[in-house]
Amino acid sequence: MIKAIINVSLKAGVLDSQGKAIHHALDSLHFNGVSDVRVGKQIILKLDTQDKTVAMTDVTKMCEELLANTVIEDYEIELV
Amino acid sequence: MKVSILQFPGTNCEYDTQHAFEELGAATEIIWHKSESIPSDTNLLVVAGGFSYGDYLRSGAIARFSPIMKAVEVYAKNGGKILGICNGFQVLTEAGLLPGALKRNNSLHFLSKLHHLKVINNDNIFLEKLNNNDVVNIPIAHHDGNYFIDAAGLKELEDNNQILLKYTDANGEIKNPNGSVESIAGVCNKEKTVFGLMPHPERAMESILGSHDGVKMLQGFLEA
Repeated sequence: MIKAIINVSLKAGVLDSQGKAIHHALDSLHFNGVSDVRVGKQIILKLDTQDKTVAMTDVTKMCEELLANTVIEDYEIELV
Repeated sequence: MKVSILQFPGTNCEYDTQHAFEELGAATEIIWHKSESIPSDTNLLVVAGGFSYGDYLRSGAIARFSPIMKAVEVYAKNGGKILGICNGFQVLTEAGLLPGALKRNNSLHFLSKLHHLKVINNDNIFLEKLNNNDVVNIPIAHHDGNYFIDAAGLKELEDNNQILLKYTDANGEIKNPNGSVESIAGVCNKEKTVFGLMPHPERAMESILGSHDGVKMLQGFLEA
């Protein structure tokens, strides 16, 4: 079994309002060393296949069609 | 004149929309998302507002794959008129029938209030009863209404008169409630057959409820 860990986040250049709000909150808690905060979501899939190439092809298609909106989001896939 | 209104699990503006169009004299039918066809006598298809599939993953992302959506894509391809209101706008952008995407409001707040809008392009069936630069007062009610499109896409919208409405104050000066690019509240496709907007014209049909400015907008469709 292969586990696919997918991280979806707003593209660089697309304003991340939630990240900005969290950054403000960290500032107000005096965590001063933070230069940027980006918020995303993580989707974890368990796949039946043993073949990492097949898994990567399938998961990429899932990201393009459903899991990410590529107008505003980027995605990263990790297979473990 | 027949208006068919799509209903997904979580849609909640279908009956308001039905009431609004019936008040204007149209026949209506509500179409459950599991249906695989659109009534053949449909003159206008409305993707109504609400929270289809609980806005899970992204607003409109899952509704976009409901059984009815294949028929919607064919209907659009054949030049059928479609109006997406609020969540309906989000569904249409997710389906690629309208350009751009809707993000979380910059303030992170859910906004529910009357808001002024300025007509930017009336050379289309939806806004033909209004004049360019007219200001209307229409309710907004959304969490993810922050319209995003990249610079190239924005130029295309501008060049083809695809920007329908912008958020303004009562004097028509830009006032942006949610962070939308260029304060855009509604757009259409290049062919001017598919329309989407975040504000709710179907909730602005009677002065006693705050505004009747929605009447002139929805009436445009009835003379098609």
